[in-house]
This record gives sequence, structure tokens and C-alpha cells, in this order.
Amino acid sequence: MKKNQPAGFHPVSAPDFLPVEQLRSLQLQRLQGMVQRAYDKVELFRRRMTERGLTPADVRTLEDITQLPFTMKSDLRDTYPFGLFASPMRDIVRLHASTGTTGKPIVVAYTKEDIKVWENVIMRSFAGCGLHAGDVIQNAYGYGLFTGGLGAHYGGEALGATMVPISGGNTQRQLMLMKDFGTTAICCTPSYFLHIIERAPEFGVNLKELALRTGVFGAEPWTEAMRRRIEAESGIKAYDIYGLSEIIGPGVATECQCQAGPHIFEDWFYPEIIDLKTGKPVTDGGEGELVLTTLGKQAMPMIRYRTRDITALTSERCECGRTLRRIQRIGRRSDDMFIIRGVNVYPSQIETALLKVEGTLPHYQIILTRQRGLDEAEVQVEVTREVLGDTVGALEQVQRRLSQSVESLTGLRFSIRLVQPQTLQRSEGKAKRVIDQRKM
Amino acid sequence: MKLKQLSLFLENKPGALSRPIRLLAKAKFNILTLSIAEANQFGILRLILRDWEQAKKLLEKNGFVVRVTDMVAVEVSDEPGGLARILGVVEKAGINVEFMYAFTEKRANKGVLVFRFDDPDNAIKILQKGKVNVIASTDLQNGAEAA
Repeated sequence: MKKNQPAGFHPVSAPDFLPVEQLRSLQLQRLQGMVQRAYDKVELFRRRMTERGLTPADVRTLEDITQLPFTMKSDLRDTYPFGLFASPMRDIVRLHASTGTTGKPIVVAYTKEDIKVWENVIMRSFAGCGLHAGDVIQNAYGYGLFTGGLGAHYGGEALGATMVPISGGNTQRQLMLMKDFGTTAICCTPSYFLHIIERAPEFGVNLKELALRTGVFGAEPWTEAMRRRIEAESGIKAYDIYGLSEIIGPGVATECQCQAGPHIFEDWFYPEIIDLKTGKPVTDGGEGELVLTTLGKQAMPMIRYRTRDITALTSERCECGRTLRRIQRIGRRSDDMFIIRGVNVYPSQIETALLKVEGTLPHYQIILTRQRGLDEAEVQVEVTREVLGDTVGALEQVQRRLSQSVESLTGLRFSIRLVQPQTLQRSEGKAKRVIDQRKM
Repeated sequence: MKLKQLSLFLENKPGALSRPIRLLAKAKFNILTLSIAEANQFGILRLILRDWEQAKKLLEKNGFVVRVTDMVAVEVSDEPGGLARILGVVEKAGINVEFMYAFTEKRANKGVLVFRFDDPDNAIKILQKGKVNVIASTDLQNGAEAA
């Protein structure tokens, strides 16, 4: 039995509907304050401004933001741990850090006010997906240094929903609680939810019979094909939530019930799209790298942060009536892109190609190697119950079809290797899509 | 009448076969017979077990993808021409054997052939008509299936 989704308006969503002019003037006012704060408190930013002959007074309009220096991920590494903080430790109430697969992690800080802002955008995210007090939200994002768990947690509580802080992993228990607690919504990575879908039958759970009706999925790029598969197999509505620790964590942008791309909470985060090569602004609707500026972050202002996420920004009004601009679902990151035999390939292309073949196989990993000076690419795909038969012929046919599908989409021949289910690496529940073993 | 066969996907690498076999051994499952189909990069392990349902649960709990298919078991007399006679019946009816394997049933000291047919129900009818002794699945396996 699925409950109907009430389309009611939640007062916390009011800023989502601000008249555009009012929103722009609020953004400018906050941007000016933010630039001043970063200039006064963060040495690296002040130095870069000075090098360009700029002072905070040069930000007179929103367009002036394009004069300001970018902040890169490497800046966070280079100033590890506290070099970009704008608040003294006595005002900082929380630190989070990335898992840091290479070298030092990235550290982010929050004042009490920052935590409030975070709560606010998560509340608006959940409300936008039709959640409210009375919902039981199973939060399967990892709790800990990772921003996903605690971020969603406090926002959900503030909304009045019942949060179940189960964290990631232990699929059997996830399913048990989902059933026993009457969970109505789940937050996790889309790849982890697919895993839950796959394993549910083993534990005698039919997801379509549960009270579960909403999924808020993020923390990794995913495709529209993935959404369709999730919705068809579990009977829930799947929403995309976008965020990154450097800006605040989850809740930078979230889809509304129209599922037409995440709305950026623009009163707190100012978006730009820039050309990957030139760094110049791209016109509305054009594709490029998303650059974000925090408009209220006290502990760690981020000015023009290069997210590496590739998307487009649209100011076309959404049917929901929100004035917040939307980004396109983020299916790829510029640093996920790999070049093989001179061709640029994104994991999302591979994902789309794999999902085109029936008996879809959504868990995959791309392994790049170099043999005798030649790039070799292999896509490892986990075998699912749907494609397994008792003869090798059927599987070999699946292998061939996958290979053809990838080739027709990328123009490149990848070898396809079928692997045992649940053997591909996952970290924080995030699927790791590309492993580059080429020695350059 | 139909026998349940479990099929498992195996990667072609050292230890791939021993992992499921050891799991089953530790839980004291007795394997009646098995066969392996191999391709370049992977293989499929086919198992016939008495307690196939519990074995399936155990394997799935340990991350294996398991597929269940219906097989037909027939008795073969231990004398020259035993297999040829059975295949003759199958051939005459024009039905296709996907694959087969064999084992001996200890208690009766008889040979047992396990066949995979496209349409096992039809194959059973044809075999019985041809006076081939189709073994009741309940003689070999516990579990839900009867018919």
C-alpha cells in the first residue's frame, strides 16, 4: 500500500519562491558580506585579490563575481587542516572531513549559524520531495566524518520527521527496519539503494509492499536510466540531492516533485557555469563546470569553488513555481573523465550503454591499463540474477551485447568482464567507477 | 518429477570454485553431483543437492548469485547400450538436450543421468512413454517441489 504524496506547501520552503529580483538583491548583499569576510579573515583569498588589484568594494553587482579568483580543491589540501577557516576555533562547532583516498583529507568547518543554514537547506530539500513531519526517514548515508549522514539527520529532525540513523551498510538490517518501522523515505547513494533492491528478495522483502514511497539519493553521479530502474523496481519516487562538503554537504540543490533537475538553494549558494577550458562564463543553458560561492558560510567561506561537476544551469521556470534555478542532473565530473586512445569518455556514457542492454547491470567499474604502450580499457560488470542462466552461451551473449552497446555509444571497444556480484569496490557507499592503472 | 539444479556464476580465477564448495562442506551439505561449464573468463557451476533450498539460501547469503533450473533425472542401467537406448528415445521425439551429466546413486547402485531440456515437462512425458525410468525428484531431493 502506497500512501499518496500530499502536495502541501511547507512554510520552510518560502525562500524557494522569492520573486527573482528580490532573490538577486539578497544574493548581492550576501555576496558582498561574504567577500568582505573572506578578505578579512582568509589569507590566501586576500593575497589572490591583491594580486588582481581587487578589494571587496569592487563587487558592485552579481556579475562582478566573475572577476574574483577561483578556489580549487587543491587549495583545501595545501592549507590543511585549518588554513581556510574564517572563524576562530571557539566559534566552530563541527568539523567534517573527506575520506581522502589520496593523501591528506579535506577538512571543512561549521559555526552554529552554518549548521542552521545546513539544517534549513535540508529541510527545504525534504519538503521539496514531499516529506514532512510524520515521515519516517531511514538515513543510510554514512554517519561520521562524511557530511552525508549528519547533514541529512539534523535537517530531517528540524523538519519534524522521524530520523532513523541507521548509517550505511548491513542490508539485511536496513530491510528489516524498513519493514518494522514503516519507513516512508530513505536517503542513501543511488548505487546502495540498487543494492538494497537486489538483495530484498533474498530476505523475503517485497519493496513494493512496504510503506516506502520516497528516496532522496545523492553523493555520487547517476543517470536518468538509473532513476527509471530504481522507480520501476521498488515502486518509489527517486529524487536527486546534490551537494559537496566544501560548500556545505548535501543540500546545495535538490529536486522538487517535478523531478526536473535539482533546484539550487540560491539564497545560500551562488551558481555559475564556466567553460572547462577557458574558465569563462557559459550562457544560460550551456554546459560547463559548476562553480559555487557560499553566501552565508561563516566558518569557511568558499568563493567561486570549482566543483568539477559538469552540468548546465537553467532559469526556465519549473512547474512547481520555484524561482530557484535548476541544474541538470549531474551525471559526470570533469575529474572522472578519462582519455583513452585519445578519446574523452565519461563513466556516465558507459553506465547508459550498460543499462540499454536488457537484464540491466548497474554495478560496474572501468579499469584502465597500459600494455606495451597501448591503452586498454576493461569494464567489469557484476552479474545479476536476471542475466544468469545455467549455460555459458547466454552469458557470453550478454557480454557481446554489452560490448556492442558500449562501442556504439563511445566509438571505442572495451572488453567486458563479468564478475561476482558485490565484489566491486565501494567506499562510503559511493561506487568507485574508474580505476586508472596506467603508468603515465 | 523435476529436479532442482543450482547454477552459480564463477570468475575464472584461483579459489573461485573452492569458495562455494567449502561453504557447502562446512554447513554439511552433501553434493549429489556437479558439473562446470566454462568460458574464457568465467564459468558456471551446476550443483544438484539434496537440500537445495537451504543450500541456495546459504550461498546467496554469502554473496553468490544463484539460479534455479528444472532438470530431469533418469535411471540408466549399468550395461552396454544403456545410455544409447535413452538417447534414442529422446532423438526420435526430436527434442533437444541442452546438456547432461551423470552420477551413481549409492543406495541402489544405479547410474543416474541428469538432463537439461528446453521443455522438461514434455521431455518427461516422452521418456516415460519410451519406457525410460524417470526418477522422482523426492527420491533425490528434499524440498517444495513435487509434481
